[in-house]
This record gives sequence, structure tokens and C-alpha cells, in this order.
Amino acid sequence: MPEGYLPIFIFLICAILFPLVLLAIFRYLRPSLPIPVKLEAYECGIRAASNARGRYTVRFYIVAILFVVFDVETIFLFPWAVRFRQLAWFGVAEVAVFLSILIVGYIWAYKKGALEWV
Amino acid sequence: MSVSSIPSAQEIVRFAPEIALSLGGTFVMLGEAGLKNGSRARLAVMAFLTLLAAAVLAVFVAADPGTAFSNLLVVDGFSTFFRVLVCAAGMLVVLISTNYLRVEGHDSGEYYALILFSVAGQCLMAASNELIMLFIGLECSSIASYVLAGYLRDDRRNNEAALKYFLLGSFASAFFLYGVAWLWGALGTTNLSEVRRLLLDPSAGVDATMTAAAAALLLVGLAFKVSAAPFQMWAPDVYQGAPAPVAAFLSVGPKAAAFAMFLRILMTAFVPARGQWEPVLWTVALATMVIGNFAALHQTNVKRLLAYSSIAHAGYILVALTAMSDTGAAAAMFYLAAYTFMNIGAFAVVTYVAGRGERHVELMDFSGLSRRSPAMAAVLSIFLLSLTGVPLTAGFFGKFYIFKAALDADLVWLAVLGLLNSAVAAYYYLRIIVMMYMHEPSAGAGALPSPGVGIRWALAASVAGTFVLGVAPSLVLDFATASAPLLR
Repeated sequence: MPEGYLPIFIFLICAILFPLVLLAIFRYLRPSLPIPVKLEAYECGIRAASNARGRYTVRFYIVAILFVVFDVETIFLFPWAVRFRQLAWFGVAEVAVFLSILIVGYIWAYKKGALEWV
Repeated sequence: MSVSSIPSAQEIVRFAPEIALSLGGTFVMLGEAGLKNGSRARLAVMAFLTLLAAAVLAVFVAADPGTAFSNLLVVDGFSTFFRVLVCAAGMLVVLISTNYLRVEGHDSGEYYALILFSVAGQCLMAASNELIMLFIGLECSSIASYVLAGYLRDDRRNNEAALKYFLLGSFASAFFLYGVAWLWGALGTTNLSEVRRLLLDPSAGVDATMTAAAAALLLVGLAFKVSAAPFQMWAPDVYQGAPAPVAAFLSVGPKAAAFAMFLRILMTAFVPARGQWEPVLWTVALATMVIGNFAALHQTNVKRLLAYSSIAHAGYILVALTAMSDTGAAAAMFYLAAYTFMNIGAFAVVTYVAGRGERHVELMDFSGLSRRSPAMAAVLSIFLLSLTGVPLTAGFFGKFYIFKAALDADLVWLAVLGLLNSAVAAYYYLRIIVMMYMHEPSAGAGALPSPGVGIRWALAASVAGTFVLGVAPSLVLDFATASAPLLR
């Protein structure tokens, strides 16, 4: 087995031990105050409106897919922006190809009525 | 990023078939969005012409063989062979699909776009010389195929087929990718020629255990994609549930490309480790043949029967792979060409007889077909005889070269067991022929409608291919024999 993996193994052990040790220490340090509020779902401090397992319209599914497409797009655009000068026109051409494929997908989804809400 | 990594015009030209297919697929999508309902029939024509153009381009770029994109792609005789083969399979499937989709009321452009994207992935699989590129091609081909398997989305069987194919297929892809990661961990490269060089170099200090683990994981992924035992169980359910033309496509296009990938990984990278591969491949080939043939014996659904038969054929091709020789690779290439024509042809007849909603896919529905449609019965008999391996058909020479390659590699027992298996296969192929010619049509089976233009052309091309390869096999075999050594 290559030796290069030893630090990762040590790191893994540390990662497992760290929370266990902390929980063990604080068990003796912290005051115990069991109140019902602590058992509620945490929603950034706002009181939970409803059950998280409630139903919602399937249309969100298409919105989510379109979101992922354009979200991933930015992930590809950032490295290009950083290396814009070095890549020069080659980079512009590559990104143009990439974006035109995405735009075709967008046009298709739009024409198919994926963005019409009702 | 250095300037040298910018591809030259020559390298982009070597990628031309994939570019053409992707562009064609994109334009078909735009056409689907922009055209009115009446003019959608043009999209099928467009898809067909794109596939034809890609095949022509593949032949054209083969005039200047070489690598592209820092050795990620390689254009040689082998990649040209499979690029043309998968494009031809795509064309035949487009021909048999048009009428089917119209009858089922799902005549839309996305179908053709998905076929084009899938074929683009398969071309990439044929031409990649590097595991990550192979994986990208594999996923491109697979993801489009998952959607195609469930194309009639109101149909429950379609949904079941698509979901099964997707879940099991993505699991297999993950195995393959994990194998690539292990190989990278063991050797520090994913380039197949580099892998071979390191395996041959005793001073490289290759960790044999890690390489073996990587090879085993790669084998799991590949065996799934070619539907080899023990990873074959998805194939019958998916082929039975998917629309008949899609089943024709799945049984040929992705399978041929997966075998191209298998051959390249085996012959380019792992020949130095042939001692370890041989017993595994031996077992897998034998198990695949036996399971495919014996399970096909008692099927009553013709699509399911053809699915088991396609598993058995994967087993025969694996016999050629087990030989791990140039003749074995050439035999596998020839067999895949022959199999493309005869299998798509058989599925085309099934598509035609099945009718609206695919209600007539049981064996009983084929009884007395010779009275109801003599031409169709005759054509299906030709394909079934070819699948059996009767002389004068493509299937005969396919099996002949495979078992010859096995004998040349001293795999006498495997060849004998393979021959016995093809004798078993004769039973279930002949049973359909007996059904068509010696039984009366079942009561209530009316006259069949006249076949569409597309299906006629597809059948004519398949019959021609089956006979040409059966009478003059050297047309294809010479090319395969010349290009197989290039893998090394």
C-alpha cells in the first residue's frame, strides 16, 4: 500500500475522535436544562410553519432542474473568468460553445412550457 | 494552462463525427421547439441525415489517423469501425421508429435528439484512449438510453423499464468509475497505453493487488453494460418493457460501443495481465451463454426471448474476448457487425407485428404469420436463421470466426461448450419459425396493415447486410483483421 495515504488515515481517526472527545468533556461541564423548545425543528430561528414532509406541487421539480443547469453553468464560468487573459480567444470560443448548448436547452424548455406556472 | 493544450484544427477534425452528432441533436431539439406539429416528420429525416453524415465523416477522418486532445482520443481503424457501426445501428433504428411513434401518438423530436446524443456518446466510447473519456462517452450514451427506455411515459411497462435501467445502470457506472479511481491510485495514470507500459515495466513497482482490484471493478461495470452474467438480469426486463424500436437500439448500439470499450481496455491496457483475466473471462463467457440460452428456452414473450438471446450473443462475443488475441478482437468486431443487422432486423419485424400499444408480442401472436404476411415471415426467418448461425448468413461466419479464435488460443473446451450452446439456441429460434409456418393464425387475428416506408427500408438493409456478410465476409473481416492489431 502506498505510504502517501497514511496522513489521510490519521486525519480520519482525528475526525472521528474530535466530536466524541468534545461530547464527552462537555457532558460534565454543561448545565442540564431539558425544555420542549429544544426538540423543535430548527429553521434559522423562525418558528416552523408546517411539517417538512408536507406535499408541494411537482412543478418545483422542473424549476429545480433548471436551477441546477444554470447553477452548474456558473461553476464553469468562474475558472474561465480567472484565466480569461491566458486563455484568450480559445477560452471565449469554448465558453461560447458551452453557453450556446445551455441556451438551446433553455429555449427548448421555454417552448415546451416548462416555465408556465398554471 | 499552457498554450500547447489548445487543440489544433487537425485534432478538432478527428472529433468531427461526435461534433456532427451533437450539433444535429441540438438542432433537432430546436426544431422540436420551433416547428409546428405538421412538419415534425422532417426531424426524423434530419436525424437520419445527421447519422449518415457522421458515418461519412468517420470514414473521412480515418484517412488521417492519429491521436487528439493530448492522447485522450485516438482515430484508428478500430475506432472508425465502431463509429460507423453505431451510426449504422442508429440509422436503422430511426427507420423503424418513425411509424411506431406515429401509431403510438408520441411522434416528437426529442426521441431522435436522444438517439443522436446516445450515438455521439457511443462514438466517443469507440474513439477514447483514456478511461475518463471512456466514462464520459459511456454516461452520454447511457443517460440518453435511460430516457429512451421510458419514452412512452404514460405506459407503465416503459416506466418500469426506464427506472430499472437507470438505477442498475448508474450503479454499474459507479463501479466502473471506482475502478478508474483505483487504477489511478495504483498507477497514477488513466491513459490506456500508459497503463500497459507500466504493467510491462518491472521496475515501475506496480502494486499487483491494487491493479487487480481496479481491473475487477472495471470488469463489473463493463459486464453490466454488455449484459454479461452475473450482471445480466436487467436486460430482459428492460428490453421487454421498453418500446420495441428502443429495445432494438439498446440491444445493439450501446452494446457494440460497450464491447468496443471492453476490447480497448483489454487489448490496449491489460494484455500484460492476460493470465489473471483469462479464467475470469472464461467463466463469465460460459455463464453468459448458458444463462442466456437456457432462459430463452421457455420464454413466451418474443421481446423477452430476444433479450435472452442477446445475452447469449454477448456470451459468444466474450468467448472471442477471452482469446485476448488479434484474431479474437477481429472476430468480435465481425460478430458485432453481423449481430447489428440480424438483431435490429428481428426487432423490426417484432415492432411491426406488435401493432398499436404493443399488444401482439407473445409467441402465439406469431402463429400463422406466413399466411397473414408471407414477406414478414420470410424476413424474420432469415434473421432467426442468421442468429442461429446457419451457413450463407452473417451469423454463421460470426460464430465460425469466434470459435476459430478460441481454438487458436487453446480454449478448446470453451469452444466446444459454445458450440453446444448454439445448438441449444437453435431450438428457440426454430420454434418461432415453426410457429409462423406450421400453425394456423389464431382466431381473430386480422390482416396486418401495410408496413411503413421506414420499416421496409430498414428490413431491406438488414436482409442485405445479413446476406452480404454471410456470402462475402471478407469485406468486413479484412478491415477488422487489419485494425485489430492497432489496439496494441
